[in-house]
Amino acid sequence: MTANNSKSPIYLDYQATTPTDPRVIDAMLPFFNEKFGNPHSRSHAYGWRAEEAVEIARAQIASLIGANPKEVIFTSGATESNNLAIKGVAHFYKDKKNHIITCVTEHKCVLDSCRHLEQEGFEVTYLPVQENGLIDLEKLKAAITDQTAIVSIMAANNEIGVIQPVKEIGAICREKGVYFHTDAAQAVGKIPLDVNDMNIDLMSISGHKVYGPMGIGALYVRRKPRVRLVALINGGGQERGMRSGTLPTPLCVGIGMACALAEKEMGAEAERLRMLRDRFYKGIMDRLPEVYLNGDLDKRLPGNLNLSFAYVEGEGLMMGIKDLAVSSGSACTSASLEPSYVLRALGVEEELAHTSLRIGLGRFTTEEEVDIAVDKIASEVERLRQMSPLWEMAQEGIDLKSIEWANH
Amino acid sequence: MAYSDKLLDHYENPRNVGALDKDSDDVGTGLVGAPACGDVMKLQIKVSADGIIEDAKFKTFGCGSAIASSSLVTEWVKGKSVDEAAEIKNTEIAQELALPPVKIHCSVLAEDAIKAAVSDYKAKKGSKVEAAE
Repeated sequence: MTANNSKSPIYLDYQATTPTDPRVIDAMLPFFNEKFGNPHSRSHAYGWRAEEAVEIARAQIASLIGANPKEVIFTSGATESNNLAIKGVAHFYKDKKNHIITCVTEHKCVLDSCRHLEQEGFEVTYLPVQENGLIDLEKLKAAITDQTAIVSIMAANNEIGVIQPVKEIGAICREKGVYFHTDAAQAVGKIPLDVNDMNIDLMSISGHKVYGPMGIGALYVRRKPRVRLVALINGGGQERGMRSGTLPTPLCVGIGMACALAEKEMGAEAERLRMLRDRFYKGIMDRLPEVYLNGDLDKRLPGNLNLSFAYVEGEGLMMGIKDLAVSSGSACTSASLEPSYVLRALGVEEELAHTSLRIGLGRFTTEEEVDIAVDKIASEVERLRQMSPLWEMAQEGIDLKSIEWANH
Repeated sequence: MAYSDKLLDHYENPRNVGALDKDSDDVGTGLVGAPACGDVMKLQIKVSADGIIEDAKFKTFGCGSAIASSSLVTEWVKGKSVDEAAEIKNTEIAQELALPPVKIHCSVLAEDAIKAAVSDYKAKKGSKVEAAE
């Protein structure tokens, strides 16, 4: 089974997006034409058929996360889900509570939503993370006040793949009577999640991170005890009034099918990816000295690695491995010259943060691809180290910190 | 981002990678940039008795544009007098490699590296002349 025929460059960026599974595409296609219809049309068979398909999809999503289908609403993607969850809850309860807790390594859409709420007068606590990328539960407990409306902590991080202690966070929030939202865009379909077992009140889901189509996502919103929120998009009152707009039937069918496949195959897939990931990691570590893993190794998505190759700049390295589609932790392409805020939050020093690559393995990654990638990365790192003045100095025993660099 | 063929050629086949003896009197060394900024260039020149650059070597930590910029200037400075070399402008480097706007700082760094190497050489020579007097 292959997702695409052109295998070059080798795709190793599954945290950015995943190809739509061919079985998902097959399920979607009829709903573009032969089975078309507006799922909100109540007066004819076209509408009924589309509605039935959408409701099956809703149930497939709900099943994957242990929810009731009525608790799942469709959105345009995880960014919208995160915006709706955080702003929606904050706005609904604003007369009673004005405090939000999140974490410094959250996705930009969570952080930016919180920034906007701060401008409106809400208080936001940004929890730090430990060196392994995980939050400190004691700090979370200490941050919750009687003014706290919602805690938003991601399930798995998009850059370093670390999995937060979601169940423990849920238990704390439930005990303190605070809503718990989790951005699970990277985690759904990759690790087991159960909204009841984990006391999750709101959960954001993305279609295209789970081998479904782009442009669709979902938000789980608990009914018992009921979570209420103010809608961002007003209109015909679809999705229980929380998200108006005609549902895109083919996309709904797609994310539903993607979740159904994930539910069935997650166990075996996770095991396979963990094996490939470990093979990748070992392959690199066996060949290269001075490579550092960012984020916890055990509490981590099965298909993710984030590695710093000391003395080799990430963007320069990416240019040399253009047969591999990976992502760099260094954001030098932007004018800011700032390395990843996630890596900085772990306490990774700026110079090391500039040398990091994110490697994402997924459903269609093969062992052969892993071996090719390891060889290419290792060869290129060796080549670039030979022309790195920092490597040379380190070999001569010069402490790079002892040098007064002219920061520019 | 599309890079020029010249830039890619310098990145893939960098010229004059290596090191010269930094303690030698006829070698000038320039080390510019900072690891925290993601760019460090080390450029070295070996100067003949009549002030002509006979050899140049570099090592660079940085993106492809930084590596290519430093590789290019090692080619350019060879055969020039130290004063001519110090005249090389970052705009000439950027133009030759067709650097995209966000990479202009790489050419600036390369210009700085030459100037630093030349002034290191001159400082060494100056102190030697003083010592002889």
